[in-house]
Amino acid sequence: MTGAEPEVAGHAAEQTGASFDAGGMIMHHILDAREIEIPFTGVVVHLPKIEIAGYDLSITRAVVMMWIACLILVFLLGLAARRAKEEVPRGLRSALEILILFVRDEIGRKSIGPKADGVVGYLLTTFFFILACNLLGLVPGMSTATGNISVTAGLAVVAFVMIHTGGIREYGVFGHFRNLVPHGVPLWLVPIMLLVELLSMVIKPFALCIRLFANMMAGHVVILALISLVFILKIVWVAPLSVLFALFINLLEILVAFIQAYIFTMLTAQFIGMAVHPAH
Amino acid sequence: MEKLNLALAFFAAGIGAGLAIIGGGAGIGRLAASAMDGIARQPQAAANIQTAMLIAAALIEGVTFLALVICFLLAIKA
Repeated sequence: MTGAEPEVAGHAAEQTGASFDAGGMIMHHILDAREIEIPFTGVVVHLPKIEIAGYDLSITRAVVMMWIACLILVFLLGLAARRAKEEVPRGLRSALEILILFVRDEIGRKSIGPKADGVVGYLLTTFFFILACNLLGLVPGMSTATGNISVTAGLAVVAFVMIHTGGIREYGVFGHFRNLVPHGVPLWLVPIMLLVELLSMVIKPFALCIRLFANMMAGHVVILALISLVFILKIVWVAPLSVLFALFINLLEILVAFIQAYIFTMLTAQFIGMAVHPAH
Repeated sequence: MEKLNLALAFFAAGIGAGLAIIGGGAGIGRLAASAMDGIARQPQAAANIQTAMLIAAALIEGVTFLALVICFLLAIKA
């Protein structure tokens, strides 16, 4: 929700009167909510609260944003795949093919090796989903689904499953978990290695989750904080400067959106590669 | 007492964010310097070096961001 900040921040300042609560405004933008504000109209769409067996499973802003991201992806990639039979790609297809080939060749095949093609589908799905969510967060009125820790935790759980499925498919359940300890280590080292490897099994997806969440959240916090400066200092001449800086960070965020999608996919591919070839 | 706690929380958040940035900056700086060295010596290995550098940078950045999130939570919850 970056483009609409000045306006929303202005609303917040009006509501609270003289004192402007920058922290509250930033949290309001970052946290998940059960309502969606449509920018420039003041219309607030309230989403229903759904509780199943005591668990809060309501549709929130992040969920709606993920749906929108999925719809955009299905539409764009469907449009690109429509001309898949043609020999020479053109238009949208050739644009998307650059990204797809990059994920397949540079990320998948380089990290996993010859058996990469089985998981390339997963890698492409993750890459495009994260990219779409990240970029959607930069559109005014939208929010970043990947800036929500539950979303990134879900992605990390899927990555965890894929890493171990890759290993199990290659060596069987027993063989895969025996690979946790490298072959040929002294016997007294085995318990320590086992402990370290079990820990790293959990830490890998946890780090994936935190990295994506924190990156996406941090950019938005910086932009919002820069815009808040105008309302905190209450000097008109701060505005051009802070808007300029916010624009700069906003452009940087476009780069970060691509880099984070790449990093998430790349690291997952590396971990799958490590599970498939446990040589070291 | 309440006010002191609040002040200490903000203090900790600020100092912590600074320390985390120092660590992360030093780490990524060293990494980038070495990568540039490597690329300057062997330009044909630039692609491989870049990939390895990005992965390592992402790992460093991950923990730095974890620390920053903790600081952020301290500053917001205080």
